Amino acid sequence: MNTKNSKAWMILALLLFVLFLGSWQLVSMSLKNMPGPIPVAKTAYEFLSDPFYDNGPNDKGIGTLTLYSVSRLTAGFVTGSIVAIGVGVILGLNQVLFKACNPFIQVFRAISPIAWMPLLLYSVQNSNWTALLVVFMASVWPTLANTAFGVSNIKKDYLNVANILQMNPVSKVFRVILPAAGPTIVAGLKISMGSAWVAIVPAEALLGSLGLGYFVWNEWNNLSLTSVIFAILVIGVVGVFIDVLFNRLARRLAYAD
Amino acid sequence: MALLDVDRISRYFMTAGSKEPHCVFSDLSMEVFDREFVAVLGHSGCGKSTLLNIIAGIDYASKGYVFLDGKEIIGPGLDRMVVFQNFALMPWLTVWGNIKLAVKAKHPDWSRHEVNAWVERYVAMVGLTGSESKRPAELSGGMRQRVGLARAFCVEPRILLLDEPFAQIDALTRGVIQEELVRMWEETGTTIFMVTHDVDEAILLSDRIVLMSRGPSARIMDQIEVPIPRPRGRTTVIEHPSYYKIRNRIIRFLSEGTVEKEPAPSVVSLSKARRV
Repeated sequence: MNTKNSKAWMILALLLFVLFLGSWQLVSMSLKNMPGPIPVAKTAYEFLSDPFYDNGPNDKGIGTLTLYSVSRLTAGFVTGSIVAIGVGVILGLNQVLFKACNPFIQVFRAISPIAWMPLLLYSVQNSNWTALLVVFMASVWPTLANTAFGVSNIKKDYLNVANILQMNPVSKVFRVILPAAGPTIVAGLKISMGSAWVAIVPAEALLGSLGLGYFVWNEWNNLSLTSVIFAILVIGVVGVFIDVLFNRLARRLAYAD
Repeated sequence: MALLDVDRISRYFMTAGSKEPHCVFSDLSMEVFDREFVAVLGHSGCGKSTLLNIIAGIDYASKGYVFLDGKEIIGPGLDRMVVFQNFALMPWLTVWGNIKLAVKAKHPDWSRHEVNAWVERYVAMVGLTGSESKRPAELSGGMRQRVGLARAFCVEPRILLLDEPFAQIDALTRGVIQEELVRMWEETGTTIFMVTHDVDEAILLSDRIVLMSRGPSARIMDQIEVPIPRPRGRTTVIEHPSYYKIRNRIIRFLSEGTVEKEPAPSVVSLSKARRV
């Protein structure tokens, strides 16, 4: 039964993939100049066979560009997450503060990180820093909201045990509060990472910071739709890869009550 | 002098929709002596867990004081370990990790080797050798409470506070763990304050039973010495001539709320005499 099921979904996924390629091919035949799967595959092969070439400041291999985007993402995401988890723990432990801050968090969370871009660019006057700050803004809010919620819902028993054991504040946070709220925090991190990855593409495109988003826009300006489609696929695949990493982290931190 | 001295404590709290504070208990006093095993018995909701929490320092008295070794209790501390009814184990830690957490809190200066040796000793004491790497979710209720007991005993507190520790454990396992608890209590020479609503458990385990009336405004109505010699077995204890006398006295109190006019002046002195 189980093995049969596992085969069934794989066959279905393969069928969907074929369906996708087929409809793409149909669209490309009916739209003038729209590349179909085969030219894109050729382009992909070209790009992927030399992923780290360097032909000057604005022409680099797809591997290099991905690394640019991912490292920008990592830097903004890590700093944003540290701030979010730190503030989230403080809010989670203080109900009054949490209630007072919650409306603001909800408002900030609803704002697309891209909407901040003009303000940020005006403030820091540097496109690379602005791109980083956009990722930071995208990373903070879901993690902050989830951390505060997770910490405020920790079972009172765990905190009682920590108090009875007279744990100092640092070990209380790292040995009890963070592991107890861990699964909720990781769920927040996952949402944050998703929105950061979504935000980084337009940020790089608009700011001209070297990376996958920049590549998409540059190839559009070169009227190379084949490369644009290839870049889109790369963005999707990298996103899936990141998500897998977070699912692993979530599984490690999960606990059965 | 008593090890634990509860001195006229009251506990009030405000309830929604009422201007009068709700009184859990007022002017409640009791003593626990060194190496004694005392059970506080009362109906569910009579405030006995509140009393235990105040002694533990995780709740506070609105009025009055609690002294341990002559020092006033103002918060939680490693000299009073609690064993919780719902175990309160950290579910993300293994058996080993849960006990180690307590050992490291008590002895932050110990080397890894010393910590591990200590943990191992208490894992063995509760008979969990072989299950060290299991998480609480993989354990039965009885095994979880063994971890809870090991965690409490391993910091060697002045007094152990047990909050209905066996209420969530199936009857067959309960008897085994009860006997183990008594063995550990005797081996370590510690003092135990236990809250329970199980009459047989109180008689089987304790030196003295403190009867608490129903809340609100609960009071200590009576104290009964249990003169049955140790070791007591689950099956032999009922053969002792005073077993049913004590049991009936408690049952009558629990069902009718009345106390026999047989004051127990010897309660405190008897208890001292036996244990010292």
